[in-house]
Amino acid sequence: MKKILSLTIALALSATAAFAQVQVEFWHAMTGKNADNVQALADKFNTSQTAYKVVPVYKGSYSDTMNAGIAAFRAKQAPAIIQVYEVGTATMMSAKGAIKPVYQLMKETGEKFDPKAYIPTITSYYSTSKGDMLSLPFNSSTAVMYYNKDAFKKAGLDAEKPPVTWPEFFTIAKKLKASGMEGGFSTNWISWIQLENFAAWHNQAFGTKNNGFDGLDTKLVFNTPLTLKHFQTIYDLSKDKVFIYGGRENKANPLFTSGQVGMHFESIGGYANMKANCKFDFGVARIPYYSDVKGAPQNTIIGGASLWVFNGKSKEEYKAVAAYFAFLSLPESQAFWHQNTGYLPITTAAYELTKKQGFYDTNPGPEVAIKQLLNKAPTGNSMGIRFGNFNIIREIEDQTWEDILAGKIAVKAGLEKMVKDGNAKLREFERLNK
Amino acid sequence: MAKQYEFKARFLPYLLVIPQMVIVFVFFFWPSAQGLWQSFFLQDPFGGTMIFVGLENYLRLFTDASYAYGESFIISTSFALTVTAFAMTTALFLAVQANRKIRFATFYKTMLIWPYAVATMVAGVLWLFMFNPNVGVIAWALKTKFGVDWQYLINSGQAFFLVTIAASWKQISYNFVFFLAGLQSVPKDFIEAAAIDGASPTKRFWKIIFPLLSPTTFYLLVMNLVYAFFETFPIIHQVTSGGPGKSTSILVYKIWRDGVVNLDLGGSSAQSVILMILVVGLTVLQFRFLERRVNY
Repeated sequence: MKKILSLTIALALSATAAFAQVQVEFWHAMTGKNADNVQALADKFNTSQTAYKVVPVYKGSYSDTMNAGIAAFRAKQAPAIIQVYEVGTATMMSAKGAIKPVYQLMKETGEKFDPKAYIPTITSYYSTSKGDMLSLPFNSSTAVMYYNKDAFKKAGLDAEKPPVTWPEFFTIAKKLKASGMEGGFSTNWISWIQLENFAAWHNQAFGTKNNGFDGLDTKLVFNTPLTLKHFQTIYDLSKDKVFIYGGRENKANPLFTSGQVGMHFESIGGYANMKANCKFDFGVARIPYYSDVKGAPQNTIIGGASLWVFNGKSKEEYKAVAAYFAFLSLPESQAFWHQNTGYLPITTAAYELTKKQGFYDTNPGPEVAIKQLLNKAPTGNSMGIRFGNFNIIREIEDQTWEDILAGKIAVKAGLEKMVKDGNAKLREFERLNK
Repeated sequence: MAKQYEFKARFLPYLLVIPQMVIVFVFFFWPSAQGLWQSFFLQDPFGGTMIFVGLENYLRLFTDASYAYGESFIISTSFALTVTAFAMTTALFLAVQANRKIRFATFYKTMLIWPYAVATMVAGVLWLFMFNPNVGVIAWALKTKFGVDWQYLINSGQAFFLVTIAASWKQISYNFVFFLAGLQSVPKDFIEAAAIDGASPTKRFWKIIFPLLSPTTFYLLVMNLVYAFFETFPIIHQVTSGGPGKSTSILVYKIWRDGVVNLDLGGSSAQSVILMILVVGLTVLQFRFLERRVNY
């Protein structure tokens, strides 16, 4: 009886609270355990104060969510907050009048906001070249190398010494294959990992104008002798099945988790998934580099998504959003998110906190990723990529890479085709957004 | 002659067709008009900028090699023809076998009809799990037991084969039901008479049964082509995502990809307008020329 009474009171209280509360919707694309974590963060925020309530709504895949946002904006029904993947960044930036930049939002609402608290390699991806933050980084990751320690031992290799340079890497890959594995290595995200991150890690330009940060008249320039050497080697190794292609995006994961290949490239955001699915001991290491390249290794760039705020909302709603963003930036919130999802913390304080809590003693993987990201202060080549029509550019790269593997086009011609067709898409975007 | 009833009220007929017209307008005419309108513009997805470009979106489809529209056209057509031919011949063969007096006929029939109950999306996932080179059971068997270099993520011929089989599998059941019904309505007397006259089973089939089946065959031809052109989207989406390269990127998949994922609204609209014209043309052709040869 007492229980029912207290429940009724609690309900009545929450009902009255909801009456005065400002509600804002937060559209996102997180699934499974990550969706639970999004909800958990919102719940924490909602119970920490009574003035605002954030309601997370799952809207499907990244592109579904972005499309839902676009459609809603055109119908004047936009949510306050929307999660947009990194390839949509330039499109969101160019959406005139649709977006409220985060730095402006924080200034107008008077919410505490210190841009210097954030990790520069992460925020630079979503900031103007002057350093004004346009969207709040939410789930950020970077590419790392996963390797099968058991397979290393079986092949007579030192499991605590993953390869550091690409030539070492290829030698080990051949040895793994020779030890009886189906193949040596595989990779996810050929565009994000082997082209974009590859360029940044070697401090080479992926596109002109600081990878598009300084203007829409940017051009792709990644078809360098270095990229050619790298892709030619991988192509040659695919003939002997030392490299196995597993599909676009993150579809190659099963090759690694089922023990068919011994080394694999994947986002650190997939760390929890690897832990759940690998029936063997695995390690996380930095991405290899070519040691004859000056300045390498530089730092890798991020992937993932950020939170954008739609224009045309009321003052109260903006206050709610600003309060939520301040809450998300707290070291405790970030540490929670980082430790539960594998995505990177966006502030240095959260990284320090996680370190102090001893998380990395049992989970060394994520720290490898953070250190790789913080390896050096970012340069114009390693701040990030800002291209319009970026999604289709990546698609062109994926398609051409498959044609290269099938022997339909030579490696050199293939890279040239990627650049040429990609540039045409950049020009289309420039024309539309002058 | 049966007496025809006439309604005296002038507006009643219009009133009665209005619900249907509203549905057709909202779900067909309005979106079609929107598509036509948008195909003349370059626009940013948020609707901020719209540049009138006339027919440029159309010209782009046929002149820009990176668009590979012609390629997609050829892929779609050969895909649709292969699926239709394969699904129809297999279904006809199975229906003829099941129509005989055999043991467990009902059991066979039930099993053959079953796949039609599977949603296309689920069918795609099923085939993906069997044939994916990374995780598939059959892919594994092909590689280890039969020495086939099964790698449809790179080999476009294998990819095309796989999506064709996957798309046909479901359609075979549908065709089977119709062919079986058609066969059962062929009068026994004709066949018996022919048999007495000494016509062989093959001759009986081609001279009597097949011509009498022609309304069913014609109906199925239209339905299968429509299915292969438009409703196989989930299979492509699940199994190949249009790859490797662009080798299984059929027209409907390309429209979705360019418009919804890559946000090229103008180009995507131009493609849908062309597809609409194609469908209208195809339907008219079928009814004008093929229907005349059908014996009802």
